[in-house]
Order: sequence, then C-alpha cells, then structure tokens
Amino acid sequence: MTTLPYVDGNMLDGPLGEVFAVDMSTATGRCAHCGATGPVAALRVYSHAPGLVARCPTCTEVMMRLVRAPERAFLDLRGTALLQLPMPQVPAGG
Amino acid sequence: MGIITPGFSGRPRSAAPELPPGQYLTPDFPVLSAGPTPKVPRDTWEFVITTETGAEHRWSWDEMMALPQQTPTVDIHCVTRWSKLGTSWQGVSLDTLFEDVDTAADYALAHCYGGYTTNLPLDDLLDGQAWLVHTFDGEELPAEHGGPARLLVPHLYFWKSAKWVRGIHLGHEDTPGFWETAGYHDYGDPWREQRYQGD
Ligand SMILES: [Zn+2]
Repeated sequence: MTTLPYVDGNMLDGPLGEVFAVDMSTATGRCAHCGATGPVAALRVYSHAPGLVARCPTCTEVMMRLVRAPERAFLDLRGTALLQLPMPQVPAGG
Repeated sequence: MGIITPGFSGRPRSAAPELPPGQYLTPDFPVLSAGPTPKVPRDTWEFVITTETGAEHRWSWDEMMALPQQTPTVDIHCVTRWSKLGTSWQGVSLDTLFEDVDTAADYALAHCYGGYTTNLPLDDLLDGQAWLVHTFDGEELPAEHGGPARLLVPHLYFWKSAKWVRGIHLGHEDTPGFWETAGYHDYGDPWREQRYQGD
C-alpha cells in the first residue's frame, strides 16, 4: 500500500516566515493533544493537500494547518497548546 | 445497475469540455492527503448514519455491498485546480442509504477513519448527487484514493468527497469540517469558484 510521504517541519520556514516576522526554524511547540514539546522543525508536514498540515511526531494529531489563498493566509493553531518563539533580547532596565 | 450520465444540471457538453473557472485538465489522478493513510480492513469496516436524535443506521461491508449498486461516470474538480473528466466509479447511492433514515436535519458532517471531516448540506447528498464508492475504474478503490470506501460528491470540490469515510452525522446546525475550519469555503461549488471563505 502506498502512503503519502510527509516532510519535516523545516519546510515550514518559508510559508510561516511569510506570516511571522520571527525565525520559525528554532521555534518549539507543545502538542495540545498529547502534551509533547518539540521543535517546529520536527513536525511531520503533509503538503500534498489543499493546505499544509503539520502533525505531532509523537501522537500524529494535527498541530498546525496553514492555507495559503492568493491574497490571504489562514493559520489554525488549535492543536498547538503553546508556541515558544525566539525573540531579540529585550534591553535591560526597560 | 443505474447508468448515470455526466454533466451538471443540464449544462451542455461541447466538443472541448468546459472546465470550472481556474481549473486545468489532468489525465492523472493526483493523491492528496492531510495525514497518514489509514488501514481499514473490510471485515471491521462499517458505515453509520447518525440522525439528529441519535438514531443510528449501520452497514457492515457485506451489507453495503449487497445494496443496489450504481456506476456513476462523473467529472471531478479538486480545489488545488486540477480537474479530471469522465471518472468511473461503482458504489451505492446515498439515496439508497438514506431510504429508511427519518430525519428533519439540514446539515451533514461526514467523518472518516483517520479523523478527517467535511460538512455538506444534506440536500447535496440526495437526489442522485452523491455515492459511497468502493471501486474506481473497475478496480478496488486503492487506499491512497480513499479505499475501502469514500464519498463521491462530484458537483462540489473534491475535498467534500471524503476519503475513508465511516459515517455521517446529521444535525440542525452546520458544523464546519477539517478544511472548512482552516479557511476553505463552507459549500465549495467549483462552478462559482468557492475556494476560500468569503469567495
Ligand atoms: Zn501529540
């Protein structure tokens, strides 16, 4: 039986970089289904679909869906309980 | 065996087949999937229609195969812009499955092995517009195309033709499905190019 391949979450850098102005390649996410925390780059991305479907490598449930319409993007993160993003250092004493 | 002629509500067929706007023709049958392909053995497969009152109508594989079969030949249109003309299927009309279902519901939510869902108005599943199909091009429907059985609702974008379908929930409220909650259109008429929300 053939099954469609998935690719790793590194492929999300471009599509998510279009939405977020931060570097997503080192972001981590916590799965809302099983609680596993890991790098976005380790998600399993099914891209032969009407949108990108990123699944948790631990439980395979959906953590993220990104649909790119010509002039809009839809990002559904209900499967992600927490996203940790690398940010520039906040100046001390601010 | 009913012979279903292709075409969309009397739309005339010209020598060069007309495609919905924004679609291109492909001789292939691209495989699209939002997740791993579920393995569904026929001996445990079942299809269940659940009404708004909770009443269940259930078919095993053998019971479904014993129902009157139809062989629709239809054009299909994927929202990713490919269309494929004259595809041949075999399966059971949803009219047959709904024959003894007592319902006043307006909306249907198809749910699938593997967790996929898609919503449709119940009217769009009836009157010869939809099938539960298990055979494509004379062969057992391959798992990557939704086997053992999938929905076939060719007048809507193909994401509504749910692969690995296991049942339909009926209700008074419209419940958006997998792609409909992620930006895709609630109804998905290819001839009106209803791809995304607000189209
Ligand atoms: Zn998980």
